[in-house]
Parts: sequence; structure tokens; C-alpha cells
Amino acid sequence: MIVVDDIHVTFGRGTPLEKHALRGIGLTIPEGQFVTVIGSNGAGKSTFLGSLAGDVLAETGRISIDGTDVTRWDTPRRAGLVARVFQDPMAGSCAALTIEENMALAAARGRRRGLALALGGDRRNGFRDRIAALGLGLENRLHDRMGLLSGGQRQAVSLLMATLAGSRILLLDEHTAALDPATADFVLDLTRRIVRDNRLTTLMVTHSMRQALDYGDRTLMLHEGRVVLDVAGDERAGLDVPHLLALFARQRGGLEISDDSLLMG
Amino acid sequence: MTEIAFFGAVEIGLVYALVAVGVYLSFRILDFPDLTVDGSFPLGAAVCAVLLIAGLNPWLATLAAGLAGAAAGLVTATLNVRFKILHLLASILTMIALFSVNLRVMGRPNVALLMQDTVLTPFYGLGVPDHIVRPLVVGLVVAVVVLVLARFLASEFGLAMRATGVNARMARAQGVNTDAHIYAGIALSNGLAGLAGALFAQTNGFADVTTGIGTIVVGLAAVIVGETVLPSRALVLALVGCVAGSILYRLAVQVALSADAIGLQASDLNLVTAVLVAVALILPRLKAKAARGTARSTGTAK
Repeated sequence: MIVVDDIHVTFGRGTPLEKHALRGIGLTIPEGQFVTVIGSNGAGKSTFLGSLAGDVLAETGRISIDGTDVTRWDTPRRAGLVARVFQDPMAGSCAALTIEENMALAAARGRRRGLALALGGDRRNGFRDRIAALGLGLENRLHDRMGLLSGGQRQAVSLLMATLAGSRILLLDEHTAALDPATADFVLDLTRRIVRDNRLTTLMVTHSMRQALDYGDRTLMLHEGRVVLDVAGDERAGLDVPHLLALFARQRGGLEISDDSLLMG
Repeated sequence: MTEIAFFGAVEIGLVYALVAVGVYLSFRILDFPDLTVDGSFPLGAAVCAVLLIAGLNPWLATLAAGLAGAAAGLVTATLNVRFKILHLLASILTMIALFSVNLRVMGRPNVALLMQDTVLTPFYGLGVPDHIVRPLVVGLVVAVVVLVLARFLASEFGLAMRATGVNARMARAQGVNTDAHIYAGIALSNGLAGLAGALFAQTNGFADVTTGIGTIVVGLAAVIVGETVLPSRALVLALVGCVAGSILYRLAVQVALSADAIGLQASDLNLVTAVLVAVALILPRLKAKAARGTARSTGTAK
């Protein structure tokens, strides 16, 4: 369970570029909930995810994960609790390391790394079984460098890596935005499967209203650092993309909806 | 080239192989251009020489030299990680400071080791000529270091260190304390340079405050030559490449200096080194360019 209590984040305080990125976000995400997050550019989606991951520390307010106050924890310390997949397929894995080395890195997340062989014992077999389940035929390519994989394959492996260390929370930052539509669908299906099988508490930032409503069981809309829409259950089931677009437009001060048609995706 | 000159080149190549492996660790694995070795190499030589004269066991003196080098590395890493000074500048600051430190350690610009026992002493007089004993003993130390280092880099800690150098953001997201790995890696790299300095002092019979000049270039030259002759992604082979590169580099320098026709003398060493490194850096570029040119003219590739 994630409890966020009135967090504020300001970038470049005291400079001409000062940006109040998060202006008091407070919400509770129960264990196992799959939340989709939408909002225009600069709404604070990525900053919000970053504040959960530890990249951005909240100036005021509190964040607790499974009852532990993590407000002051940095990224490596939170990594045992929180797994992430980035938008850029290159960012979430090490291109120069092999697939199995990347998996070994992820599997050690949240515990002390000692001098035991990273790929010793029957670890390699365990990784082979896990990656075979993706159905991409990567089980025979464990020695290949990550950089040889396509963007979709890398995101699929990144998702798998997120599950290796048993963290309960998954943060997805537009993880399909850099993929072609067919690959994006594959990765989204995989996401749904992995979240369900591992019963992960998930936050998925997306630019697509369609995805925001089709996936998960709760949708947040951020605008100028605040949560302006928070729907779940029946209310959410009754929402359609045009409704969402209208709400979206209203938040942006009644701009023409057609401006946002690109976002229908 | 005479036999003695040949083994002399191999010996000095093996001593600097430790520097090369250290430079590989900082420049290649951590992506941290660290010039501290110009100071930590003579620091190792100075510490070892002073301790030997004080009558300490040669192996302990050698170990102390390695630890002194590691401490120098920690200073550079602290300046960079803790105080956000650019890595290159941080290492130059440490390097400059070490020049004074080395003078303090020795109390004078150079110390001769004429009658002192060294790690080599027990191996002299076993029937093998001295000029072969030295590269053998140093080679043994290098082999142990390479094996231990390869094992270390394959460990969970070592893997995290490699990830730190390749993609620090990802490493942090995977729970790797990247700062700690930079401290450890730079300390290890300079510890190896200090160890090399200690072996240098013992094989050559002196420690001199100026021996550090250009150490980084020599180390880098060895790494680059090694990558050219042994292009491999496997870590053990990359480390062996550093060793081979260091020896080949010394042999090349020896040939260049001993060929009377060219008219070079010993004082031209640094010029020859710089030219060799520059050529080694330029060649792959020219090769790639030539390959592109051929591909374009035949239309086989984009």
C-alpha cells in the first residue's frame, strides 16, 4: 500500500525558472491496485512517479510504502520496495551487459551485494525459465548483450526484471511510448499479465486516454501538479474517451478539444 | 635487441600491466577518467622504499604501498562524489598534491634500495639468471591480480560496479549505491597503481618522485594496444589484453629506441609514448572511415 500525504516539489527554487511541479498531492493506493495516470505535458506525472521512486525528494508532506515512511529515502534505498520501467528502452537496462547480467542485477535489488558470483549456482537456469515464459525465444540468447535486442524486447525484459526481486510496487513511466503500435500492444498485454500474476501495486503513466481507461482499475488525471480527477469502479466504467477528453479540456481552461485529438491513441 | 633488453622490456611491461588493469577499471569499467595514477604510482614506490629501509617484510611493504595508492584514490573519489568536482579535475588535484606528499614520505627526491631485501631476494640465486627471475616473479603477481580481479568483476558487487559505469540511472533504480561503487572502484584502481609502484621500486632498486610522470598515458596506451590485439567482450580476456598490451607497448618502445637508424635516444621516451598513443587512437577511426568509404563506393551498405 502506498500512502502519499500532501507532497510538494519545486524545481529551481529562487531562480527565474522556478517550477512548482507538485502542489499538494495526497492519495492512498491500496495493495494490488492498478492505477493509470494521465495529464498533459508538464502536469507533473513523471515528477510524481519520480517522487515515489526516490529520484525526486518531496519538500513537504510524507510518503509511506507498506507502512514504512520512505520520504527521505534515496532511489537505491527504495529500490527494494519499488521496481520501475522507463520510457526509453535504453534507460532501463544496461546495453553493454548481457541479458543474464541485467537479470542478475535486478534480482539483487534491495539486498546487499556481496562477492558471490552474480551468475553462480543454478541462477542461470532460473533466469532461463523466467525469460522463456515471455515467449520471445530469448531463453537461448542469455549471453547476448542487451543492446542487441529490439526496443520491445528490451521493455519486455525490463518488465520481467521488475519482478525478479519480489518488490510489491511497479512504476511504469510511459513504457510503451517509444514502441510501434503492435509492439506496444504486446508489451501492454505482458504488463497486464505480469501485474496480475504477481499481484503488484502498479502506477502506469500514459499519454493515451484509451489505455488509461482500458487498463487497470483506477485512473488519475494530473494537472499543474494536482490531482484533478480520481475515478474508479462504476464511475470509471461509465467513462468514455470523449468524456475524459472533455474533462481534460475543461482542466486546461476550455481549449478546443480538437487540440487533444492526438491524444486519443 | 639484446636478450637482456628484451626481458627488461617484458619486466617493465609486466610492472605497468598492473597500472593498465587499474586504468581499465577506471576509464573503461567506471567511465571515470582518473589521472591520479601519476601520483599513486610513485606514492606506492615511495611508501615501499621507505618501509623496506625501515626493515619491514617486503611483502608487507608492498601491501602497504597498495593501500597507500588506494587511499589516494579515495581522495579523488571523495572530491568527485562528495564535493561534485569534475572527475578529471579532482584527479589532477590529487595528483599534484601527491607530488608533495611523495617528497614528504621519502624526505628527499629519491631513495636508493641498494642492500635491502625485496620480494625478489628469495628468488635470486636459484640458478635462473636475474634478468629472467624478475619478469617471472612480477608476472606471477600480475597473474594472481588478473585472476582475482576477473573473479571480483563477476561477483554481484563487481557486476553492480560495471552497471554503475555503463548506466548509472538504471543501476540506482536497481538499488545499486553508485557512489559506493565509484569509491571502491577508484580506490582499487589506484591501489593497483600503488602496487605497481612498489614492484617498480623493488625491480629497479630505487624510488624517485619523478617516475610518476606520464604513468596514465602509459597505462592508457597499454589498454588501447590490448583492445586492438585482443578485441573481446569477455572480462578475463579484456584484462589479459591489458597485460599483453602493456608488454607489447614496452617492446615497441624498446624497438623504437634501439633502432639506431631512427636516431632516437632514451630521453625521447615520452614523445614516443605520446605518438604511439595518438596513433593507436587515430588508427581505428581511420579504419572505420576507410570501411565506410569502401561501402559507399560499392553500394553494399548504408
